[in-house]
Amino acid sequence: MIEVNQLTRRYRKVTAVDGLSFSVRPGQVTGFLGPNGAGKSTTLRMILGLTEPTSGTATIDGRRFRDLPRGLRHVGALLDAGDVHGGRSARSHLWALAASNGLPRRRVDEVLAEVGLSSAARRRVGGFSLGMKQRLGIATALLGDPPVLLFDEPINGLDPEGVLWVRGLFQRLAAEGRTVFVSSHLMSEMENTADQLIVIGRGRLIAAEPLADFTARSAKQQVIVRTPDTATLTALLTAEGAMVSTHRDGSCAVTGLTAARIGQLAFDHRIMLHEVTTQTSSLEEVFMELTAGSVEYLAGDQR
Amino acid sequence: MTTTDTRARFRDLLAAEWIKLWSLRSTYGVLAAGALICVGITTNSARSNVALIARSTSPLQRTALDPMSAAFLDEAFQILGIVACSVGAITVFGEYASGLIRTTFTAVPARRPVVLAKVVVVTAIMLVFGAIVSATSFGATQAIYHQEHIGLSITAPGALRAVAGSALLAPLCALVGMALGGVIRHAAGTIVAAVGLLLFLPALFQGETYRWVKEIGNAMVFPAWQALVKNSAHQIPSIPGRPTPGVDKYPVTLTEAWIVFAAWAVAAVVVAVASVTRRDP
Repeated sequence: MIEVNQLTRRYRKVTAVDGLSFSVRPGQVTGFLGPNGAGKSTTLRMILGLTEPTSGTATIDGRRFRDLPRGLRHVGALLDAGDVHGGRSARSHLWALAASNGLPRRRVDEVLAEVGLSSAARRRVGGFSLGMKQRLGIATALLGDPPVLLFDEPINGLDPEGVLWVRGLFQRLAAEGRTVFVSSHLMSEMENTADQLIVIGRGRLIAAEPLADFTARSAKQQVIVRTPDTATLTALLTAEGAMVSTHRDGSCAVTGLTAARIGQLAFDHRIMLHEVTTQTSSLEEVFMELTAGSVEYLAGDQR
Repeated sequence: MTTTDTRARFRDLLAAEWIKLWSLRSTYGVLAAGALICVGITTNSARSNVALIARSTSPLQRTALDPMSAAFLDEAFQILGIVACSVGAITVFGEYASGLIRTTFTAVPARRPVVLAKVVVVTAIMLVFGAIVSATSFGATQAIYHQEHIGLSITAPGALRAVAGSALLAPLCALVGMALGGVIRHAAGTIVAAVGLLLFLPALFQGETYRWVKEIGNAMVFPAWQALVKNSAHQIPSIPGRPTPGVDKYPVTLTEAWIVFAAWAVAAVVVAVASVTRRDP
Protein backbone atom coordinates (compact mmCIF):
# COMPACT_ATOMS: atom_id res chain seq x y z
CA MET A 1 0.00 0.00 0.00
CA ILE A 2 1.44 3.32 -1.09
CA GLU A 3 -0.04 6.48 0.36
CA VAL A 4 0.72 9.91 -0.97
CA ASN A 5 -0.64 12.87 0.94
CA GLN A 6 -0.55 16.49 -0.26
CA LEU A 7 2.81 15.77 -1.86
CA THR A 8 4.44 18.87 -3.35
CA ARG A 9 7.79 19.50 -4.95
CA ARG A 10 8.82 22.94 -6.11
CA TYR A 11 11.96 23.73 -8.01
CA ARG A 12 13.15 27.28 -8.46
CA LYS A 13 10.61 28.21 -11.11
CA VAL A 14 8.42 25.20 -11.68
CA THR A 15 6.16 23.24 -9.40
CA ALA A 16 6.73 19.68 -10.56
CA VAL A 17 4.25 18.09 -8.17
CA ASP A 18 1.44 20.12 -6.65
CA GLY A 19 -0.56 18.86 -3.66
CA LEU A 20 -0.86 15.31 -4.95
CA SER A 21 -2.84 12.80 -2.85
CA PHE A 22 -3.68 9.22 -3.77
CA SER A 23 -3.25 5.68 -2.57
CA VAL A 24 -2.18 2.55 -4.39
CA ARG A 25 -3.68 -0.69 -3.10
CA PRO A 26 -2.26 -4.19 -3.14
CA GLY A 27 -3.60 -6.99 -5.31
CA GLN A 28 -4.01 -4.97 -8.47
CA VAL A 29 -1.95 -3.23 -11.11
CA THR A 30 -2.27 0.53 -10.78
CA GLY A 31 -1.31 2.63 -13.76
CA PHE A 32 0.27 6.03 -13.19
CA LEU A 33 -0.46 8.16 -16.19
CA GLY A 34 0.33 11.61 -17.40
CA PRO A 35 1.87 13.43 -20.34
CA ASN A 36 5.62 14.08 -20.44
CA GLY A 37 6.64 16.44 -17.65
CA ALA A 38 3.48 15.78 -15.61
CA GLY A 39 5.53 14.93 -12.53
CA LYS A 40 5.32 11.12 -12.59
CA SER A 41 9.03 10.47 -12.14
CA THR A 42 9.38 13.18 -9.49
CA THR A 43 6.50 11.59 -7.57
CA LEU A 44 8.08 8.13 -7.79
CA ARG A 45 11.43 9.53 -6.64
CA MET A 46 9.76 11.20 -3.68
CA ILE A 47 8.02 7.92 -2.76
CA LEU A 48 11.47 6.31 -2.76
CA GLY A 49 13.09 9.10 -0.75
CA LEU A 50 15.46 10.04 -3.57
CA THR A 51 13.98 13.52 -3.87
CA GLU A 52 12.99 15.41 -0.75
CA PRO A 53 9.39 16.74 -0.97
CA THR A 54 8.89 20.47 -0.46
CA SER A 55 5.84 19.50 1.60
CA GLY A 56 3.52 16.56 2.10
CA THR A 57 4.28 12.93 2.74
CA ALA A 58 4.67 9.66 0.90
CA THR A 59 4.61 6.38 2.80
CA ILE A 60 4.88 2.73 1.89
CA ASP A 61 2.98 0.41 4.24
CA GLY A 62 2.79 3.29 6.68
CA ARG A 63 6.50 4.12 6.78
CA ARG A 64 8.65 6.66 5.06
CA PHE A 65 10.90 4.71 2.69
CA ARG A 66 13.98 6.64 3.80
CA ASP A 67 13.46 5.46 7.37
CA LEU A 68 13.97 1.83 6.34
CA PRO A 69 17.55 0.61 6.83
CA ARG A 70 17.33 -1.73 3.82
CA GLY A 71 14.94 -1.44 0.91
CA LEU A 72 14.91 -4.47 -1.38
CA ARG A 73 12.71 -6.70 0.80
CA HIS A 74 10.13 -3.91 1.13
CA VAL A 75 10.05 -2.23 -2.25
CA GLY A 76 11.36 -3.22 -5.65
CA ALA A 77 11.80 -0.36 -8.06
CA LEU A 78 12.83 0.30 -11.62
CA LEU A 79 13.15 4.05 -12.03
CA ASP A 80 15.54 4.33 -14.96
CA ALA A 81 17.07 1.36 -16.74
CA GLY A 82 20.21 3.45 -17.20
CA ASP A 83 20.84 3.68 -13.45
CA VAL A 84 23.62 1.07 -13.62
CA HIS A 85 27.40 1.24 -14.03
CA GLY A 86 28.23 0.16 -17.57
CA GLY A 87 31.55 -1.35 -16.50
CA ARG A 88 30.06 -4.15 -14.42
CA SER A 89 28.54 -7.42 -15.55
CA ALA A 90 24.83 -7.90 -14.94
CA ARG A 91 25.68 -10.55 -12.38
CA SER A 92 28.21 -8.43 -10.44
CA HIS A 93 25.75 -5.53 -10.41
CA LEU A 94 23.08 -7.73 -8.85
CA TRP A 95 25.56 -9.47 -6.54
CA ALA A 96 26.47 -6.17 -4.95
CA LEU A 97 22.82 -5.18 -4.52
CA ALA A 98 21.91 -8.61 -3.10
CA ALA A 99 24.87 -8.48 -0.71
CA SER A 100 23.87 -5.04 0.58
CA ASN A 101 20.50 -6.43 1.65
CA GLY A 102 21.77 -9.74 2.96
CA LEU A 103 20.15 -11.69 0.12
CA PRO A 104 21.76 -14.97 -1.02
CA ARG A 105 23.61 -15.11 -4.35
CA ARG A 106 21.22 -17.73 -5.69
CA ARG A 107 18.52 -15.02 -5.80
CA VAL A 108 20.64 -13.30 -8.44
CA ASP A 109 20.62 -16.37 -10.67
CA GLU A 110 16.90 -16.81 -10.05
CA VAL A 111 15.91 -13.28 -11.08
CA LEU A 112 18.28 -13.30 -14.06
CA ALA A 113 16.57 -16.50 -15.25
CA GLU A 114 13.17 -14.97 -14.59
CA VAL A 115 13.84 -11.96 -16.84
CA GLY A 116 15.59 -14.06 -19.46
CA LEU A 117 19.11 -12.67 -18.99
CA SER A 118 20.86 -15.84 -17.79
CA SER A 119 22.95 -16.10 -20.93
CA ALA A 120 24.01 -12.44 -20.68
CA ALA A 121 24.81 -12.58 -16.94
CA ARG A 122 28.56 -12.26 -17.42
CA ARG A 123 28.37 -9.55 -20.06
CA ARG A 124 29.09 -5.94 -19.20
CA VAL A 125 25.94 -3.87 -18.80
CA GLY A 126 27.42 -1.08 -20.92
CA GLY A 127 26.91 -3.26 -24.00
CA PHE A 128 23.26 -4.00 -23.24
CA SER A 129 20.42 -2.74 -25.43
CA LEU A 130 17.74 -0.61 -23.75
CA GLY A 131 15.43 -3.63 -23.68
CA MET A 132 18.07 -5.72 -21.91
CA LYS A 133 18.68 -2.91 -19.43
CA GLN A 134 14.93 -2.77 -18.75
CA ARG A 135 15.02 -6.50 -18.05
CA LEU A 136 17.97 -6.03 -15.72
CA GLY A 137 16.08 -3.23 -13.94
CA ILE A 138 13.07 -5.54 -13.53
CA ALA A 139 15.42 -8.23 -12.17
CA THR A 140 16.71 -5.68 -9.64
CA ALA A 141 13.15 -4.87 -8.56
CA LEU A 142 12.35 -8.56 -8.08
CA LEU A 143 15.57 -9.34 -6.19
CA GLY A 144 14.18 -8.93 -2.67
CA ASP A 145 10.81 -10.56 -3.43
CA PRO A 146 9.11 -7.34 -2.22
CA PRO A 147 5.39 -6.75 -1.51
CA VAL A 148 5.47 -3.37 -3.27
CA LEU A 149 6.82 -2.76 -6.78
CA LEU A 150 7.30 0.50 -8.67
CA PHE A 151 8.11 0.74 -12.36
CA ASP A 152 8.75 3.96 -14.26
CA GLU A 153 8.08 3.53 -17.99
CA PRO A 154 9.12 -0.14 -18.01
CA ILE A 155 7.92 -0.78 -21.55
CA ASN A 156 10.41 1.60 -23.21
CA GLY A 157 12.79 -0.28 -25.44
CA LEU A 158 11.17 -3.69 -25.03
CA ASP A 159 10.39 -5.78 -28.09
CA PRO A 160 6.80 -7.02 -28.64
CA GLU A 161 7.61 -10.32 -26.95
CA GLY A 162 9.06 -8.39 -24.01
CA VAL A 163 5.98 -6.18 -23.75
CA LEU A 164 3.72 -9.23 -23.56
CA TRP A 165 5.97 -10.80 -20.96
CA VAL A 166 5.98 -7.63 -18.82
CA ARG A 167 2.19 -7.38 -18.91
CA GLY A 168 1.89 -10.97 -17.77
CA LEU A 169 4.49 -10.43 -15.08
CA PHE A 170 2.72 -7.36 -13.65
CA GLN A 171 -0.61 -9.17 -13.57
CA ARG A 172 0.97 -12.19 -11.91
CA LEU A 173 2.70 -10.02 -9.28
CA ALA A 174 -0.61 -8.29 -8.52
CA ALA A 175 -2.44 -11.63 -8.35
CA GLU A 176 0.09 -12.71 -5.72
CA GLY A 177 -1.24 -9.87 -3.58
CA ARG A 178 1.51 -7.34 -4.24
CA THR A 179 1.11 -3.64 -4.84
CA VAL A 180 2.14 -2.93 -8.43
CA PHE A 181 2.48 0.71 -9.53
CA VAL A 182 3.44 1.30 -13.15
CA SER A 183 3.93 4.69 -14.76
CA SER A 184 3.52 5.40 -18.44
CA HIS A 185 2.75 8.26 -20.78
CA LEU A 186 1.09 5.81 -23.16
CA MET A 187 -2.57 5.33 -22.41
CA SER A 188 -2.82 2.40 -24.79
CA GLU A 189 -0.29 0.51 -22.69
CA MET A 190 -2.39 0.85 -19.56
CA GLU A 191 -5.49 -0.31 -21.40
CA ASN A 192 -3.92 -3.76 -21.47
CA THR A 193 -2.24 -3.80 -18.09
CA ALA A 194 -3.86 -1.72 -15.38
CA ASP A 195 -6.87 -2.36 -13.16
CA GLN A 196 -6.75 1.05 -11.50
CA LEU A 197 -5.59 4.37 -12.86
CA ILE A 198 -4.05 7.44 -11.35
CA VAL A 199 -3.87 10.22 -13.90
CA ILE A 200 -1.94 13.42 -13.34
CA GLY A 201 -1.19 16.51 -15.40
CA ARG A 202 1.09 19.41 -14.51
CA GLY A 203 1.70 17.86 -11.12
CA ARG A 204 -1.96 17.73 -10.15
CA LEU A 205 -4.33 14.80 -9.80
CA ILE A 206 -6.77 14.48 -12.71
CA ALA A 207 -8.34 11.12 -11.94
CA ALA A 208 -7.96 8.18 -9.58
CA GLU A 209 -10.44 5.45 -10.39
CA PRO A 210 -10.86 1.98 -11.89
CA LEU A 211 -9.88 1.70 -15.53
CA ALA A 212 -13.47 0.90 -16.56
CA ASP A 213 -14.83 4.07 -14.93
CA PHE A 214 -12.18 6.14 -16.60
CA THR A 215 -13.08 4.77 -20.04
CA ALA A 216 -16.78 5.36 -19.39
CA ARG A 217 -16.11 9.01 -18.57
CA SER A 218 -16.48 10.11 -22.10
CA ALA A 219 -18.09 7.13 -23.75
CA LYS A 220 -18.69 8.80 -27.07
CA GLN A 221 -19.86 6.15 -29.46
CA GLN A 222 -19.72 6.42 -33.19
CA VAL A 223 -20.52 4.02 -36.00
CA ILE A 224 -18.34 3.70 -39.04
CA VAL A 225 -20.39 2.96 -42.15
CA ARG A 226 -19.14 2.12 -45.60
CA THR A 227 -21.47 2.12 -48.57
CA PRO A 228 -21.25 2.65 -52.36
CA ASP A 229 -24.11 5.17 -52.10
CA THR A 230 -22.79 7.65 -49.56
CA ALA A 231 -24.97 10.60 -50.62
CA THR A 232 -28.32 8.80 -50.23
CA LEU A 233 -27.35 7.27 -46.89
CA THR A 234 -26.03 10.57 -45.53
CA ALA A 235 -29.27 12.35 -46.40
CA LEU A 236 -31.27 9.54 -44.84
CA LEU A 237 -29.29 9.47 -41.60
CA THR A 238 -29.20 13.25 -41.26
CA ALA A 239 -32.99 13.29 -41.61
CA GLU A 240 -33.10 10.85 -38.68
CA GLY A 241 -31.13 13.35 -36.56
CA ALA A 242 -27.66 11.85 -36.84
CA MET A 243 -24.38 13.67 -37.38
CA VAL A 244 -22.49 12.29 -40.35
CA SER A 245 -18.96 13.14 -41.35
CA THR A 246 -17.45 11.65 -44.46
CA HIS A 247 -13.87 10.50 -44.39
CA ARG A 248 -11.46 10.76 -47.24
CA ASP A 249 -11.48 7.00 -47.77
CA GLY A 250 -15.25 7.09 -48.43
CA SER A 251 -16.37 5.81 -45.06
CA CYS A 252 -18.74 7.80 -42.85
CA ALA A 253 -18.56 8.34 -39.12
CA VAL A 254 -22.06 8.50 -37.68
CA THR A 255 -22.93 9.71 -34.22
CA GLY A 256 -26.40 9.80 -32.69
CA LEU A 257 -27.67 6.49 -34.08
CA THR A 258 -26.92 2.90 -33.11
CA ALA A 259 -25.50 0.41 -35.59
CA ALA A 260 -28.79 -1.53 -35.46
CA ARG A 261 -30.83 1.53 -36.38
CA ILE A 262 -28.51 2.43 -39.25
CA GLY A 263 -28.72 -1.13 -40.57
CA GLN A 264 -32.52 -1.05 -40.34
CA LEU A 265 -32.74 2.26 -42.26
CA ALA A 266 -30.38 1.04 -44.98
CA PHE A 267 -32.30 -2.21 -45.30
CA ASP A 268 -35.65 -0.35 -45.56
CA HIS A 269 -34.29 1.83 -48.38
CA ARG A 270 -32.38 -0.92 -50.15
CA ILE A 271 -28.98 0.70 -49.67
CA MET A 272 -26.12 -1.75 -49.68
CA LEU A 273 -23.70 -1.53 -46.74
CA HIS A 274 -20.13 -2.84 -46.84
CA GLU A 275 -19.30 -2.13 -43.24
CA VAL A 276 -21.05 -1.20 -40.02
CA THR A 277 -18.69 -0.91 -37.04
CA THR A 278 -19.39 0.50 -33.60
CA GLN A 279 -16.46 2.42 -32.11
CA THR A 280 -16.15 3.29 -28.47
CA SER A 281 -13.77 6.14 -27.87
CA SER A 282 -10.46 4.66 -26.89
CA LEU A 283 -8.76 5.20 -23.59
CA GLU A 284 -6.18 7.20 -25.49
CA GLU A 285 -8.82 9.70 -26.56
CA VAL A 286 -10.29 10.04 -23.08
CA PHE A 287 -6.80 10.58 -21.78
CA MET A 288 -5.99 13.18 -24.41
CA GLU A 289 -9.24 14.99 -23.67
CA LEU A 290 -8.65 15.06 -19.93
CA THR A 291 -5.02 16.07 -20.08
CA ALA A 292 -5.41 18.52 -22.96
CA GLY A 293 -5.27 21.45 -20.58
CA SER A 294 -2.31 20.09 -18.70
CA VAL A 295 0.22 19.15 -21.33
CA GLU A 296 3.57 20.58 -20.41
CA TYR A 297 5.32 20.40 -23.74
CA LEU A 298 2.92 20.76 -26.64
CA ALA A 299 4.16 20.45 -30.20
CA GLY A 300 3.73 23.72 -32.06
CA ASP A 301 3.13 25.51 -28.80
CA GLN A 302 3.25 29.30 -29.20
CA ARG A 303 5.46 30.89 -26.59
CA MET B 1 7.05 -12.39 -0.56
CA THR B 2 9.22 -12.01 2.48
CA THR B 3 8.41 -9.00 4.58
CA THR B 4 10.42 -10.60 7.38
CA ASP B 5 13.13 -8.16 8.23
CA THR B 6 16.54 -9.66 8.63
CA ARG B 7 18.74 -7.36 10.68
CA ALA B 8 20.43 -4.56 8.82
CA ARG B 9 24.08 -5.56 9.14
CA PHE B 10 26.89 -3.17 8.36
CA ARG B 11 29.04 -6.03 7.08
CA ASP B 12 26.50 -6.64 4.31
CA LEU B 13 27.23 -3.13 3.09
CA LEU B 14 30.97 -3.81 3.32
CA ALA B 15 30.49 -6.93 1.19
CA ALA B 16 28.51 -4.92 -1.38
CA GLU B 17 31.16 -2.21 -1.63
CA TRP B 18 33.89 -4.85 -1.88
CA ILE B 19 32.06 -6.49 -4.81
CA LYS B 20 31.49 -3.11 -6.48
CA LEU B 21 35.15 -2.15 -6.28
CA TRP B 22 36.58 -5.42 -7.55
CA SER B 23 33.99 -5.94 -10.30
CA LEU B 24 35.35 -2.94 -12.20
CA ARG B 25 38.32 -3.58 -14.46
CA SER B 26 39.50 0.00 -13.98
CA THR B 27 40.27 -0.70 -10.32
CA TYR B 28 42.87 -3.35 -11.22
CA GLY B 29 44.30 -1.26 -14.04
CA VAL B 30 44.68 1.97 -12.06
CA LEU B 31 46.18 0.26 -9.01
CA ALA B 32 48.64 -1.83 -11.03
CA ALA B 33 49.72 1.13 -13.15
CA GLY B 34 50.11 3.35 -10.08
CA ALA B 35 52.27 0.80 -8.26
CA LEU B 36 54.47 0.10 -11.27
CA ILE B 37 55.02 3.78 -12.09
CA CYS B 38 55.83 4.69 -8.49
CA VAL B 39 58.26 1.82 -7.85
CA GLY B 40 59.67 2.22 -11.36
CA ILE B 41 60.59 5.86 -10.75
CA THR B 42 62.22 5.22 -7.36
CA THR B 43 64.24 2.16 -8.43
CA ASN B 44 65.38 3.93 -11.60
CA SER B 45 66.55 6.85 -9.49
CA ALA B 46 68.46 4.51 -7.15
CA ARG B 47 70.11 2.76 -10.08
CA SER B 48 71.29 5.97 -11.68
CA ASN B 49 72.62 7.21 -8.33
CA VAL B 50 74.55 3.98 -7.87
CA ALA B 51 76.00 4.39 -11.35
CA LEU B 52 76.96 7.97 -10.44
CA ILE B 53 78.77 6.84 -7.30
CA ALA B 54 80.56 4.10 -9.25
CA ARG B 55 81.78 6.64 -11.82
CA SER B 56 82.67 9.36 -9.32
CA THR B 57 86.22 9.81 -8.10
CA SER B 58 85.23 11.97 -5.13
CA PRO B 59 84.49 10.10 -1.89
CA LEU B 60 82.10 12.96 -1.03
CA GLN B 61 79.65 11.70 -3.65
CA ARG B 62 78.87 8.66 -1.58
CA THR B 63 78.27 10.54 1.65
CA ALA B 64 76.40 13.41 0.00
CA LEU B 65 73.75 11.02 -1.22
CA ASP B 66 70.75 10.40 0.97
CA PRO B 67 69.64 6.82 0.27
CA MET B 68 66.24 7.48 1.82
CA SER B 69 65.31 10.26 -0.60
CA ALA B 70 65.46 7.96 -3.63
CA ALA B 71 63.02 5.53 -2.01
CA PHE B 72 60.50 8.33 -1.43
CA LEU B 73 60.90 10.64 -4.39
CA ASP B 74 58.38 13.48 -4.59
CA GLU B 75 57.43 12.75 -8.19
CA ALA B 76 56.83 9.04 -7.57
CA PHE B 77 54.64 9.55 -4.53
CA GLN B 78 52.79 12.49 -6.03
CA ILE B 79 51.72 10.16 -8.83
CA LEU B 80 50.82 7.53 -6.24
CA GLY B 81 48.79 10.13 -4.33
CA ILE B 82 46.86 11.14 -7.43
CA VAL B 83 46.26 7.49 -8.36
CA ALA B 84 44.96 6.75 -4.85
CA CYS B 85 42.85 9.90 -4.94
CA SER B 86 41.36 8.81 -8.27
CA VAL B 87 40.48 5.34 -6.99
CA GLY B 88 38.69 6.88 -4.02
CA ALA B 89 36.97 9.45 -6.21
CA ILE B 90 35.82 6.84 -8.75
CA THR B 91 33.97 4.90 -6.05
CA VAL B 92 31.84 7.98 -5.40
CA PHE B 93 31.52 9.93 -8.66
CA GLY B 94 31.26 6.65 -10.58
CA GLU B 95 27.91 6.08 -8.89
CA TYR B 96 26.67 9.61 -9.48
CA ALA B 97 27.84 9.91 -13.08
CA SER B 98 26.28 6.57 -14.07
CA GLY B 99 23.08 7.04 -12.08
CA LEU B 100 23.84 3.87 -10.10
CA ILE B 101 23.54 5.91 -6.90
CA ARG B 102 19.74 5.95 -7.28
CA THR B 103 19.69 2.16 -7.56
CA THR B 104 22.02 1.94 -4.56
CA PHE B 105 19.84 4.19 -2.39
CA THR B 106 16.71 2.34 -3.47
CA ALA B 107 18.32 -0.86 -2.21
CA VAL B 108 19.74 0.82 0.91
CA PRO B 109 17.74 3.95 1.83
CA ALA B 110 20.05 4.65 4.79
CA ARG B 111 22.65 6.80 3.03
CA ARG B 112 25.16 7.34 5.81
CA PRO B 113 25.98 3.64 6.34
CA VAL B 114 26.47 3.30 2.57
CA VAL B 115 29.11 6.04 2.52
CA LEU B 116 30.75 4.75 5.69
CA ALA B 117 30.97 1.25 4.21
CA LYS B 118 32.60 2.74 1.12
CA VAL B 119 35.03 4.64 3.34
CA VAL B 120 35.99 1.50 5.28
CA VAL B 121 36.48 -0.68 2.18
CA VAL B 122 38.44 1.95 0.24
CA THR B 123 40.61 2.83 3.24
CA ALA B 124 41.43 -0.82 3.94
CA ILE B 125 42.29 -1.66 0.33
CA MET B 126 44.33 1.51 -0.15
CA LEU B 127 46.21 0.94 3.10
CA VAL B 128 47.29 -2.49 1.88
CA PHE B 129 48.12 -1.03 -1.52
CA GLY B 130 50.09 1.86 0.02
CA ALA B 131 51.97 -0.50 2.32
CA ILE B 132 52.95 -2.77 -0.58
CA VAL B 133 54.15 0.12 -2.76
CA SER B 134 55.94 1.91 0.07
CA ALA B 135 57.68 -1.22 1.37
CA THR B 136 58.60 -2.38 -2.15
CA SER B 137 59.99 1.03 -3.02
CA PHE B 138 62.08 1.16 0.16
CA GLY B 139 63.25 -2.46 -0.11
CA ALA B 140 64.12 -2.30 -3.80
CA THR B 141 65.98 1.03 -3.65
CA GLN B 142 67.97 0.07 -0.57
CA ALA B 143 68.86 -3.29 -2.13
CA ILE B 144 70.25 -1.36 -5.12
CA TYR B 145 72.16 1.04 -2.85
CA HIS B 146 73.56 -1.94 -1.01
CA GLN B 147 75.84 -2.50 -3.99
CA GLU B 148 77.62 0.66 -2.84
CA HIS B 149 77.18 -0.25 0.81
CA ILE B 150 75.02 2.74 1.64
CA GLY B 151 71.66 0.92 1.68
CA LEU B 152 69.55 1.51 4.79
CA SER B 153 67.78 -1.19 6.75
CA ILE B 154 64.24 -0.74 8.02
CA THR B 155 65.69 -0.33 11.53
CA ALA B 156 67.65 2.77 10.46
CA PRO B 157 66.48 5.97 12.19
CA GLY B 158 63.35 7.29 10.51
CA ALA B 159 63.12 4.42 8.00
CA LEU B 160 60.08 2.75 9.50
CA ARG B 161 58.39 6.13 9.90
CA ALA B 162 59.03 6.95 6.25
CA VAL B 163 57.61 3.61 5.10
CA ALA B 164 54.57 3.97 7.38
CA GLY B 165 53.95 7.60 6.38
CA SER B 166 54.14 6.69 2.69
CA ALA B 167 51.85 3.69 3.20
CA LEU B 168 49.29 5.97 4.86
CA LEU B 169 49.53 8.51 2.05
CA ALA B 170 47.51 6.20 -0.24
CA PRO B 171 44.40 5.78 1.98
CA LEU B 172 44.58 9.45 2.96
CA CYS B 173 44.56 10.61 -0.66
CA ALA B 174 41.79 8.10 -1.43
CA LEU B 175 39.62 9.66 1.29
CA VAL B 176 40.29 13.13 -0.10
CA GLY B 177 39.21 11.75 -3.50
CA MET B 178 35.98 10.40 -2.04
CA ALA B 179 35.17 13.78 -0.51
CA LEU B 180 35.85 15.57 -3.81
CA GLY B 181 33.85 12.94 -5.71
CA GLY B 182 30.88 13.45 -3.39
CA VAL B 183 30.97 17.23 -3.74
CA ILE B 184 31.71 17.48 -7.48
CA ARG B 185 30.12 14.25 -8.77
CA HIS B 186 31.74 14.48 -12.22
CA ALA B 187 34.77 12.57 -13.44
CA ALA B 188 36.88 15.29 -15.01
CA GLY B 189 36.03 17.95 -12.45
CA THR B 190 36.90 15.67 -9.57
CA ILE B 191 40.31 14.72 -10.97
CA VAL B 192 41.19 18.35 -11.73
CA ALA B 193 40.19 19.35 -8.21
CA ALA B 194 42.28 16.49 -6.80
CA VAL B 195 45.42 17.62 -8.63
CA GLY B 196 44.75 21.20 -7.58
CA LEU B 197 44.15 20.41 -3.93
CA LEU B 198 46.95 17.89 -3.48
CA LEU B 199 49.69 19.27 -5.75
CA PHE B 200 49.12 22.90 -6.80
CA LEU B 201 47.79 24.31 -3.56
CA PRO B 202 50.86 23.34 -1.46
CA ALA B 203 53.09 24.84 -4.17
CA LEU B 204 51.33 28.18 -3.72
CA PHE B 205 52.19 28.37 -0.03
CA GLN B 206 55.95 28.06 -0.06
CA GLY B 207 58.95 30.20 0.77
CA GLU B 208 60.27 31.46 4.03
CA THR B 209 59.43 35.16 3.65
CA TYR B 210 56.09 35.10 5.44
CA ARG B 211 55.64 32.61 8.20
CA TRP B 212 51.82 32.41 7.79
CA VAL B 213 52.16 31.52 4.11
CA LYS B 214 54.54 28.70 4.95
CA GLU B 215 52.35 27.52 7.82
CA ILE B 216 49.38 27.17 5.47
CA GLY B 217 51.61 25.16 3.14
CA ASN B 218 52.73 23.09 6.11
CA ALA B 219 49.12 22.07 6.75
CA MET B 220 48.85 20.42 3.32
CA VAL B 221 49.12 16.69 2.65
CA PHE B 222 52.35 16.55 0.63
CA PRO B 223 54.49 18.87 2.79
CA ALA B 224 53.42 16.74 5.78
CA TRP B 225 54.40 13.57 3.93
CA GLN B 226 57.76 15.14 2.98
CA ALA B 227 58.43 15.77 6.67
CA LEU B 228 57.64 12.15 7.48
CA VAL B 229 60.03 10.70 4.87
CA LYS B 230 62.85 13.13 5.63
CA ASN B 231 66.03 11.40 6.72
CA SER B 232 67.08 13.68 9.60
CA ALA B 233 70.01 11.41 10.39
CA HIS B 234 71.57 12.25 7.04
CA GLN B 235 73.87 15.27 7.07
CA ILE B 236 74.51 16.97 3.77
CA PRO B 237 78.16 18.10 3.84
CA SER B 238 78.15 21.87 4.03
CA ILE B 239 80.16 23.93 1.61
CA PRO B 240 82.04 26.82 3.31
CA GLY B 241 80.53 30.25 2.62
CA ARG B 242 77.03 28.95 1.83
CA PRO B 243 74.09 28.47 4.19
CA THR B 244 73.68 24.95 5.50
CA PRO B 245 71.44 23.21 2.94
CA GLY B 246 68.26 21.42 3.88
CA VAL B 247 67.47 23.56 6.90
CA ASP B 248 64.03 25.20 6.93
CA LYS B 249 63.17 28.23 9.01
CA TYR B 250 59.61 27.02 9.57
CA PRO B 251 59.71 23.27 9.12
CA VAL B 252 56.84 20.83 9.53
CA THR B 253 57.58 18.97 12.73
CA LEU B 254 56.87 15.26 12.90
CA THR B 255 54.02 15.78 15.36
CA GLU B 256 52.50 18.40 13.08
CA ALA B 257 52.82 16.06 10.12
CA TRP B 258 50.91 13.26 11.85
CA ILE B 259 48.26 15.77 12.96
CA VAL B 260 47.92 17.02 9.37
CA PHE B 261 47.42 13.42 8.17
CA ALA B 262 44.78 12.74 10.82
CA ALA B 263 42.98 16.05 10.34
CA TRP B 264 42.75 15.66 6.55
CA ALA B 265 41.46 12.10 6.92
CA VAL B 266 38.74 13.11 9.39
CA ALA B 267 37.77 16.19 7.37
CA ALA B 268 37.57 14.12 4.16
CA VAL B 269 35.24 11.55 5.77
CA VAL B 270 33.03 14.31 7.19
CA VAL B 271 32.77 16.05 3.81
CA ALA B 272 32.14 12.76 1.97
CA VAL B 273 29.34 11.74 4.35
CA ALA B 274 27.77 15.21 4.41
CA SER B 275 27.84 15.67 0.64
CA VAL B 276 26.22 12.31 -0.03
CA THR B 277 23.59 12.43 2.71
CA ARG B 278 22.56 16.08 2.40
CA ARG B 279 22.25 16.53 -1.36
CA ASP B 280 19.72 14.47 -3.30
CA PRO B 281 21.16 12.30 -6.05
